[in-house]
Amino acid sequence: MDKIWQGTMEAVRLIIRLDPEMMGIVGLSLLVSGSAVLIAGLLGIPLGTYLGLVPARRVRWVSKLVYTLMGLPPVVAGLFLYLILSSQGPLGVLDLLFTPTAMIIAQTLLAVPIITGLTMVAVREKKREIRETAVTLGASGATVAWTVIREARPAITGAVVAGFGRVIAEVGAVMLVGGNIEGYTRVMTTAIVLETRRGNFESAIGLGLILLLLAFFVNSFLYHLQGTVDAE
Amino acid sequence: MSPKLFEIMNLKKSYQGREVLKIDYLAFEEGRIYGIMGPSGAGKTTLLRLLNLLEEPTEGQIFFLGEDTAVNGTRRLALQRQMTMVFQKTVLFNTSVFENVAFGLKARRLNPAVVKERVFSALKDVGLKDLAQHCALSLSGGEAERLALARAMVLKPRVLLLDEPTANLDPANVATIENLVRTMHERDGTTIILVSHNLFQAERLADEVIFLYNGRVVEKGPTERVFHAPEDDRTRAFIEGRMVY
Repeated sequence: MDKIWQGTMEAVRLIIRLDPEMMGIVGLSLLVSGSAVLIAGLLGIPLGTYLGLVPARRVRWVSKLVYTLMGLPPVVAGLFLYLILSSQGPLGVLDLLFTPTAMIIAQTLLAVPIITGLTMVAVREKKREIRETAVTLGASGATVAWTVIREARPAITGAVVAGFGRVIAEVGAVMLVGGNIEGYTRVMTTAIVLETRRGNFESAIGLGLILLLLAFFVNSFLYHLQGTVDAE
Repeated sequence: MSPKLFEIMNLKKSYQGREVLKIDYLAFEEGRIYGIMGPSGAGKTTLLRLLNLLEEPTEGQIFFLGEDTAVNGTRRLALQRQMTMVFQKTVLFNTSVFENVAFGLKARRLNPAVVKERVFSALKDVGLKDLAQHCALSLSGGEAERLALARAMVLKPRVLLLDEPTANLDPANVATIENLVRTMHERDGTTIILVSHNLFQAERLADEVIFLYNGRVVEKGPTERVFHAPEDDRTRAFIEGRMVY
């Protein structure tokens, strides 16, 4: 309990002091996870919508693959990406390993299945009644698809929230492809691992609390977006 | 002779091998009100869905004004835009009352000023003008049903398909909906095809009644004749309340 209390005090101190190193880590965490969720949203929402709109039997195997990848361990995703981006790998020539770009790619790989899968479920749930209502009112194919997306917005926002939660909290993938380089690729989760290994539990707990606070603010914003389209 | 509004020939509809509808021939004339009656599971809703092109026949053909409806793409959209359906379970979009009614007009890319004028006129007809900016999902059951009807009315369709439009509504709302249906028929010349469990409603509204039983048309004729001198024993049993279903 003592360490948790000291950790809480450390978190307060770090926030009040606006510690430059901590601010850099927070900024990079937001940049990496925010970019990953943005890209994953741009890929996953249209893909999930497509999979949700076509008859389920036609995309049975794709659906199973998406569900499987929703549980992809971050460290496995990081390992594959590490092998691809390493100097001997097929994309080694791009020299991306141990860069924030590699971390964004890794987190995008983790977020895409979550956003795709949850969007697909949301669209399937709304599909029949919304689709048929739109069709009977004379909507064209594109308008029907857009209407289904619009009606599924609260659930799709939930998919983005889940995607953000998945990547902001993960450590395995960013550690492998980012390398936890101070001032360059160190993010909140890798910093927490480092501080724990050093025995600086107060700092680790402090960073953990700031990470939770950060997740709270981002999710509050997304929840607000969800709330504005909710019926109640 | 002008073509029939709908003409059904050798139609069969099956779900997973189970035949739910088999109609050798059935025609609907333009400008009339039809009541489709029958016990649960008789195929009434399936027939409406087939007419609205929401489903494909397993076998046979449906003609709309002489044109085979087995078409795709823009031709199918053009056919669908001449008809609309109000479902038994009212589905409203999660947006304002105004936007719900404007949906079909905007889909047809009408001028915004025309959209606004027609939407407010339809909302006035159904008594929802004051609620135009309210969220549609906050409406009561009766208001929601009137909104669904306004959304259909505003399109001035050639044919309106109604699937149990007053199920679960109180008598006052039932009377309002029936008056709106009559208005639409008399003012715009819209053909109405109404599925109803409510015999009295079918008798009040319909010019002609079709009685379905086990997916077959067992009787079709003028409302008064079918109600007072049915030719088929099953129709008689249904009308007299002796049919257990």
